[in-house]
Amino acid sequence: MEKNVYLDNAAATRLDERVLEAMKKYYFEVYAVATSEFGYSLGIEAREALDESREFIAKNIGADFEEIVFTSGSTESSNTALKGVAMDLKEKKGKHIIVSKIEDFPVLNSAKSLERQGFEITYLDVDQYGLINLDQLEKSIRNDTVLVSIQHANQEIGTMQDISKISEICKNKDVLFHTDATHTFTRVPIDLKKIPADLVTLSAHTIHGPKETGALFIRKNTQISKWMDGGFQEFNKRAGLENIPGAVGFAKAIELVTPEENKNIQNMRNHLIKKVLGEIPDTTLNGHKEKRTPQNANITFHYVEGESITLHLDMRGFSVSTGSACFSKSLEASHVIMGIGGDHERAHGSVRFTFGRYNTMEDVESIVENISEVVSELRKISPLGKIHEEDKK
Amino acid sequence: MKFPYNEKVLEHFRRPHNVGKLENPDGKATEGSPACGDMVSVYIKVNPQSNIIEDIKFESYGCASNIATGSIITDMAKGKTLEEAKKITWQQATEALGGLPPIKAHCSVLAVEGLRAAIQNYEEKHGIIAEKVPTTIEIVNNRLKKVMNPLTGLDVVRTNLIKKIEIDNGKVLLTIDLPSNHQFAASIREEIKEKIETLWDVKEVIVDFIE
Repeated sequence: MEKNVYLDNAAATRLDERVLEAMKKYYFEVYAVATSEFGYSLGIEAREALDESREFIAKNIGADFEEIVFTSGSTESSNTALKGVAMDLKEKKGKHIIVSKIEDFPVLNSAKSLERQGFEITYLDVDQYGLINLDQLEKSIRNDTVLVSIQHANQEIGTMQDISKISEICKNKDVLFHTDATHTFTRVPIDLKKIPADLVTLSAHTIHGPKETGALFIRKNTQISKWMDGGFQEFNKRAGLENIPGAVGFAKAIELVTPEENKNIQNMRNHLIKKVLGEIPDTTLNGHKEKRTPQNANITFHYVEGESITLHLDMRGFSVSTGSACFSKSLEASHVIMGIGGDHERAHGSVRFTFGRYNTMEDVESIVENISEVVSELRKISPLGKIHEEDKK
Repeated sequence: MKFPYNEKVLEHFRRPHNVGKLENPDGKATEGSPACGDMVSVYIKVNPQSNIIEDIKFESYGCASNIATGSIITDMAKGKTLEEAKKITWQQATEALGGLPPIKAHCSVLAVEGLRAAIQNYEEKHGIIAEKVPTTIEIVNNRLKKVMNPLTGLDVVRTNLIKKIEIDNGKVLLTIDLPSNHQFAASIREEIKEKIETLWDVKEVIVDFIE
């Protein structure tokens, strides 16, 4: 097989060997359950590894040890945040929740599920860049609002919300605030000593860590109703056997991300955007020019369809994704592109490029060259491209 | 490498046949599906004596299955009479391609519709169209057979999704055996409306769901 250029790091990343190395010991040697301090030695060693990983992750985001609860990833973390708070506060405070229209599915579909159970959900609009309106947020908060959940950065267009201001607004109104930081964690620094968020979703799968491994930050004294019954693990907030190799791998993955790497990723991303917009006509950048994660580019190639682009690129050895309805299992166009006021046409030809540790500047050069050819071929057979060219004449 | 389509589909996708536009076509049509956003245009040249399609071209603003079906169906129609070409079905086109994923049915059915619409356009222009008959439940039902249920890749009639059809004074009322929050409810409604609204005596199409 030829070299594959992988630019879908927002979906999943290649595991770093050093992460796997760190994890191995906890599969083959220290495989015991994490016991209490009075357990047997193998279990005590497992407990220590779990504690150290937790401590490391907590420090990274300015949290305390007991504020980090390990989970099976973003989906579980966000489900726990929304449903855990909803169930705890529905009798005590009310049944109103605020989310943005362009949240990722764990938050959006948790909200919809609660809606079916009698909660009232406000889906905040976003502007053309994907940013919510802070005044609108403030006006939407009511006496019976139990939670505001606004993502730190968007999964498709990379737009970053001002979670500092959002969390201040929520704090002043005495409403809990959850943010899904899956697509910013370690790529953009986050300090929870300064940002008064109450719940934060974190994941290892986007940072070359193990899949199905994540955490939920739960600020001290924030009550959530435990929804999965079992043992008393994770401060009695999440039942189930602790995933110690996962926790160790997660901590290692965080340790391996450096500011230099983030800068490098941003440079590659910037170069891609500049080249594509500069060299390929009729292209539009989706999302915000500055307020976006360093690893994300999302571009619409007008007059052509996204799945056709991605399949052609796949046959040439490039992995990217699209917001086109034809690409999704549900046959629905991206709710994010539609949410930023795009039409079906904008979603139809949108392609997402997300960078990671293993990409190089040569990858950028070669994908731009290939995408330029592919788009030009597809435009030749598109009725829309020609209509447009005739208009130009 | 593992691709989502078979080698034959990929070959037609990579190098589609009969691509482009015909200057001064005898018949042409553009069909679009708001559900998935694909669009296809078909152009035909017809020999007026023999009614044979002498040349055919297509353009696609669509996904791989749309492009591949456009390629195969124009191959199949070339050299056939209008009557023969009209009878080419989506199933035949898919078989000729060695199969398509069921969920892709409606992206590819569009190419077949494009061909039929281009023929219809030719017939209308040349006065070959049959006289206008009032719309009946049977006619509506036949049109609904072209609306795919994306879950199965089979049409909504065959999969028993049509619960009720009523025609009242140019108003067509349909009840679909799906909840309105079903993931495909909106796209099925749009496709049904598209198919029925073009009937000459239909003024309004109302699509209801069971809950």
